[in-house]
Amino acid sequence: MLQVKDLSVHYGMIQALRQVSLEVNEGEIVALIGANGAGKTTLLHAISGLVKKSEGEIIFLENSLNKATARSIVSSGITQVPEGRRIFPDMSVAENLLMGAYLRKDKKGIEEDMQKVYERFPRLNERKKQLAGTLSGGEQQMLAMGRALMAKPKLLLLDEPSMGLSPLLVKEIFSIITEINKQGTTVLLVEQNARMALQIADRAYVMETGKIVLSGTGEELAASDEIKKAYLGG
Amino acid sequence: MTQFLQQMINGLSLGSIYALVALGYTMVYGIIKLINFAHGDIYMLGAYIGFIVTTKLGLGFVPALLISMVGCAIIGMTIERIAYKPLRHATRITALITAIGVSYFLEAGTQRVMGAGVQTFPNVFVNETIMLGNVRISTQQIVIFVVTITLMVALQFLVNKTKIGRAMRAVSVDGDAARLMGVNVNAVISFTFAIGSALAGAAGVLVGVYYNSINPLMGMLPGIKAFIAAVFGGIGIIPGAMLGGFFIGIVETMVAGYGSSLWKDAVVYIILILILIIKPAGLLGKNTKEKV
Repeated sequence: MLQVKDLSVHYGMIQALRQVSLEVNEGEIVALIGANGAGKTTLLHAISGLVKKSEGEIIFLENSLNKATARSIVSSGITQVPEGRRIFPDMSVAENLLMGAYLRKDKKGIEEDMQKVYERFPRLNERKKQLAGTLSGGEQQMLAMGRALMAKPKLLLLDEPSMGLSPLLVKEIFSIITEINKQGTTVLLVEQNARMALQIADRAYVMETGKIVLSGTGEELAASDEIKKAYLGG
Repeated sequence: MTQFLQQMINGLSLGSIYALVALGYTMVYGIIKLINFAHGDIYMLGAYIGFIVTTKLGLGFVPALLISMVGCAIIGMTIERIAYKPLRHATRITALITAIGVSYFLEAGTQRVMGAGVQTFPNVFVNETIMLGNVRISTQQIVIFVVTITLMVALQFLVNKTKIGRAMRAVSVDGDAARLMGVNVNAVISFTFAIGSALAGAAGVLVGVYYNSINPLMGMLPGIKAFIAAVFGGIGIIPGAMLGGFFIGIVETMVAGYGSSLWKDAVVYIILILILIIKPAGLLGKNTKEKV
């Protein structure tokens, strides 16, 4: 579904990604794990068209995204839930969800999908009219995910959904991710919480200093000594 | 009491003009964090477009207002495209200096094309004076006030209830997040310049009607005062600009009415200094906190 081929990205003189290649197949949850600064977020931003690629190619559903704008990438079916959630704090919960459906024109479908989001996240339903900035961290994460779902993505990119959340909430968020995936959305998940990510992932890639250093199924990686030592605390 | 009410009415008329210009400052600042110092000159161009439409084409007030708004919207978008867009990722001071350059260009250009002297803005409608007790209200003042309030209500509707308004608010708080929703950020910025400039164009026509005289440098002082109004209300905050505009207009006329008109400009600058010392974020500004 998504192929990233030999992708390099530079920020000025600094090379953030070095010839990264990865693949996401339809229906999968693919996890991308690695330490802070490994280049995971940069990779997602490159896929979403927010940063310039210096080399390589990204192909989504047989089409090259190299010349695509962020806008056309969203309309082709890739939506990102960015790191730190980046909800619009001065807008109500409902308005944030409408922003997610920005490129859609089917009023009825938008209305229906909004109801679906409220069913999936009942707490958002209770807080529809509240300003998003007043929500708790967990609720903001749910809102960010709901907002992304409003775009009806085929591929959902999730950047650190567990960041700053209590263990209980992390569990909840991860079970929601699994559910979303079961209902037909492919997921590429970036996480520092490697343990949780590997549990739900079909396959995973490990990044270090801008390169992919390991890949395998979630179980394989969870069992690997290297990973245990570096990311799972022994 | 009569004098107070009289000054209040004069202040609201002047304040309407400041408020309309302040809205453009605040909207542009809100979306690209640029103090567009050429904005006062857009207001001047609005007055000149109104002047040309009424004198050369012989049209009335309403067409003059609308044509001036559309003309200024186009000019505003063009300036943004040519002068500011290439500097989107440059330091803020670069764009600011460019704005000052654009301001000089518009002033000198208008002097060249229309002449440097004062032109008389025609009487576009019969100006009658209505007496409410001992307070005089002119038709002009009523028109200025009604046009301003109508535009403000329309703007509030646009920003708060429409899709493009939501996109504007989204871009102003987080451009990248808006981009991830599929918002064409450049188009939204361009649209914001158009709306802000249209409001300045309307203010230009209104001021031409009110004072009957226009000149190529007429945008300088009101531009700065409108900027102060925007800062006073909280730059980037739309209701703040409205409030600030009326406040500055009323203070200015009160000072002129009760004290001396020699002091009216100074008082406005004193207000700027005080607000920067006491509440730099502006009257309606708040310190934003981020949740991690």
